[in-house]
Amino acid sequence: MDEAVFRARGLSKVYRVGEVEVHALRDVDLELRRGEFVVMLGPSGSGKSTLLNILGGLDVPTSGSVSFLEHDLSGGDDRALTAFRREHVGFVFQFYNLIPSLTARENVALVTEIAANPLDPAEALARVGLGDRIDHFPAQLSGGEQQRVAIARAIAKRPDVLLCDEPTGALDFETGVRVLEVLERTNRELGTTTAVITHNASIAGMADRVIRMRSGRIVEERRNERRLAPAELTW
Amino acid sequence: MRALERKLLRDLWHLRGQAIAIALVVACGVATVVTTRVGYESLRESQAAYYTAYRFADVFVALERAPESLRRALAAIPGVAAVETRVVAEVTLDVPGLAEPATGRLVSIPAPRAPILNDVHLRRGRWIEPGRPDEVIASEAFADANGLEVGDRLGAVLRGRWQRLRIVGIGISPEYVYEIQGTNLFPDNRRFGVLWMSRDALGPAFDLDGAFDDASLQLAPGAREQDVIDRADRLLDRYGGLGAYGRKDQISHSFLSDEIRQNRVFGTIMPAIFLGVAAFLLHIVLARLVATQREQIAVLKAFGYASLDVGLHYLGMALACVIVGSLLGAVLGLWWASAINRMYAEFYRFPVLRYAPSATVVAIGAGVSAAAAIAGALSAVRHVVALPPAEAMRPEPPASFEAGFFESTRAYRRLPASLRMIWRNLARRPARAALSVLGMSLAVAILIVGYYFVDAIDYLGTFQFRSVQREDVTVLFHDPRPARARHELRALPGVLRAEPFRVVPARLRHGHRQRRVALFGIEPGSELRRILDADGRIVPLPREGAVLTAKLAEILAVEPGDELRVEVLEQGRPVRSVRVAGIAEELIGLNAYMDANALHRLMREGDSLSGAFLRVDAAQAAALNTELKRMPAVAGATTRLAALRGFEDTLAKSLDVFTTVLVTFAAVIAAAMVYNAARIALSERGRELASLRVLGFTRGEVSVLLLGEQAILTAAAIPLGFWIGYRLCAALASAYQWEFFRMPLVVSTRTYGFAVVVLVAAALASALAVRRRIDRLDLVAVLKTRE
Ligand SMILES: Nc1ncnc2c1ncn2[C@@H]1O[C@H](COP(=O)(O)OP(=O)(O)OP(=O)(O)O)[C@@H](O)[C@H]1O
Ligand SMILES: [Mg+2]
Repeated sequence: MDEAVFRARGLSKVYRVGEVEVHALRDVDLELRRGEFVVMLGPSGSGKSTLLNILGGLDVPTSGSVSFLEHDLSGGDDRALTAFRREHVGFVFQFYNLIPSLTARENVALVTEIAANPLDPAEALARVGLGDRIDHFPAQLSGGEQQRVAIARAIAKRPDVLLCDEPTGALDFETGVRVLEVLERTNRELGTTTAVITHNASIAGMADRVIRMRSGRIVEERRNERRLAPAELTW
Repeated sequence: MRALERKLLRDLWHLRGQAIAIALVVACGVATVVTTRVGYESLRESQAAYYTAYRFADVFVALERAPESLRRALAAIPGVAAVETRVVAEVTLDVPGLAEPATGRLVSIPAPRAPILNDVHLRRGRWIEPGRPDEVIASEAFADANGLEVGDRLGAVLRGRWQRLRIVGIGISPEYVYEIQGTNLFPDNRRFGVLWMSRDALGPAFDLDGAFDDASLQLAPGAREQDVIDRADRLLDRYGGLGAYGRKDQISHSFLSDEIRQNRVFGTIMPAIFLGVAAFLLHIVLARLVATQREQIAVLKAFGYASLDVGLHYLGMALACVIVGSLLGAVLGLWWASAINRMYAEFYRFPVLRYAPSATVVAIGAGVSAAAAIAGALSAVRHVVALPPAEAMRPEPPASFEAGFFESTRAYRRLPASLRMIWRNLARRPARAALSVLGMSLAVAILIVGYYFVDAIDYLGTFQFRSVQREDVTVLFHDPRPARARHELRALPGVLRAEPFRVVPARLRHGHRQRRVALFGIEPGSELRRILDADGRIVPLPREGAVLTAKLAEILAVEPGDELRVEVLEQGRPVRSVRVAGIAEELIGLNAYMDANALHRLMREGDSLSGAFLRVDAAQAAALNTELKRMPAVAGATTRLAALRGFEDTLAKSLDVFTTVLVTFAAVIAAAMVYNAARIALSERGRELASLRVLGFTRGEVSVLLLGEQAILTAAAIPLGFWIGYRLCAALASAYQWEFFRMPLVVSTRTYGFAVVVLVAAALASALAVRRRIDRLDLVAVLKTRE
């Protein structure tokens, strides 16, 4: 936990909807270090997803710079961003975004097929406790199960960076803990830099660092003395 | 199999209804190309092969009488490769089972058989034998029309002497693919036919022993036709030559070539329209299909699939439809082409009809449609693939929420809630609504184009044979008769009215342009034959000068006021100058008309007639025919109804086949389009409709929302489709300006009605299918997954 892999300076993101300008991010500075586990908190609409999307190369900032190691993520070169996502990033989206016409296993395979050193899809699904549902289509799974497939999909490529937008939003306590354990294990075993957005403040206990956002700004950064194991969390 | 490929297959299966519809559109496009092109090429190749194998001549000339020794002089003309001298004569025939007199063109052939130009292909029976002067080979068209067979006998009047002819063979010749007599417009195979007869029998009978009155020349490669014609004319002038002419003035050839050219235009314009429409429809369909998957596209891109991978994935979807469609279209097209070819075989009377389904044509058809489809698909996919994934992951932002002008009116507020929702939905995405309307109106338009041919041919037939030609019988004399002949005609049984006319074969020249036509002299105020323009207005005949059909004026590049050189091709062959006095937009034929008196002055002759138009009391038609048959001066009598049948059997028949094919294709495309529009609307709005159902809306209410919208779009497409269809017909009509006929721009109510019926039927069937889906809408599944 030394070198900074992500460096963001003066990040802003402005959406224009007709006459109105929405400032989703305002002048955000941020560094994420290799292997760091970061939790992001903040009220709805505070810009968490926007920030995560920019870090993941899904979107580019309106102004400011952001880079991952030697990759420049603010340039907007589609090919470079694609290569970055393909080689380094695993995503868990707020709305799962599974492909409805593919089974759980195939949704995972979709990602492992273009990865250099992936897990077996069945094994990734087993890790999130869905070993017996691998041939089910998203429509045949509950919301929480779909969310776990999304997580299996994200970790299966053994990414360098794992970006999760509310990965436990739809889960009960026990399953939630289980999912967090998967994330923690991936982070610990592979040294995956992990950022997790959540509305659940107690999850912050397992982070190295907690970032709190409001109105497009980082309003608080806190470092935990000790990372709690997911099983030690309560909510 | 890779997950992405699996997704492709599953998506295709899920969208199979739409995929099949798209494939059908492509299939119709390809089939149109293949059918029309293969049809055209088969015909062209058959014609070329026939001409070569049976040595169809290049230059033709009729004359009064020349000694056989002149043959060598003709052969010596530079550029002439071969010469055939013949005796050709027209005689009146008495055909068993035919009430009216028929005209036979006797053409000499060698017995025993020897190679000749314009050779005869024997279909049945045998060649004539030397020393049997009564043997003839009858043309197949004539024999078939009159039910004549080998062994049957005919009566003929050869130079006033009645003689019995025996049919020993039935044959065809490249010179008479169409047998059209003199000034007639269409073949009348019952009353006019070619009989090939021994030169040894024909020569003496017409006092042409050791002489000839007709010659055909074959040109050496690279020879200039006009030079040969000029030299032949100079050579034959002393022998009463009636002016040599090339193939383009040879009636059968120019008629056939017109037909083949028609097929080519048809095979170019129609596929172009169909493919254009198909590509556009594909674009609309795929654009919307891809748009419904924009979130999935975002996911693929988020995980590192390159835009190219994603683009290819969706292109694969389009390609699958295109490939299936092309295969289906090729099979369908070849099948139609072979059916059409079988019809041509009966129709054109070629010795062998080539069926030329070249792989190239099929490849071109498939390639062009694939290109069109891919172009349509690419433009659809590119837009979505270009979006940054974060943006694509959000549902497409609604265009505008502002209330429009209409929504602030009182009328709007009085609408029922469902109609207001429909309106909102349409107004929110005006571009999409406009595209839907445009797509369906194109479907209407091609239906109209397909059916337009039926209208045009109907109109043409009615126009020519009801409005222009109003006589019952046309009588033609061998030679012009003095004025008193009109009294003789009026005295014939059953003749209610007789309008004499004078007609001279003439070559019209203007600068270097020239054309052989029949120059008609018509009595002023004629009732039985009228000169009408395309709108049916009577074109008055001026006291001096000639009125030309617009097409003829175009060929000769003349305008009213220009001087034409008229080289008369009979009776001393005077050459005169005539002013073009007017242009008539006639629909059929290349004609030149003058006031009969003006023509007499031109010919420096007294009142005389070449024939007459008769109005006849139907009850006495039989008696009239018997009389006519007995009059030696009468070369032939044609009835208007027979001419109408000739028209229907030629032009109308060949166009009808294509029309049937086209209309079928157009109907399939239209139905596929409408179905696709409705299905896509359903998948776009499935979630919204499911949410409404959850909120307590009934199935009926939800269906009204979706189907009501479709109904409004369909209704809006009809007038636009009428307009586009009419414009396309206008374009077709302007391409269909042939020498033998001009396509009138008439679109009947029936055609518009037909287009509407097909569209509405397709819309209803699609609505039913969509309604079934709405009824089965799995609310939970729809709400649970984001499609
Ligand atoms: N494409 C867009 N167009 C317009 N405004 C947008 C867009 N994306 C985000 N916003 C706005 O930017 C702000 C930040 O959005 P963001 O999704 O980052 O919030 P968030 O912190 O993730 O909220 P939540 O916890 O509800 O997911 C919000 O006000 C949102 O409405
Ligand atoms: Mg968010």
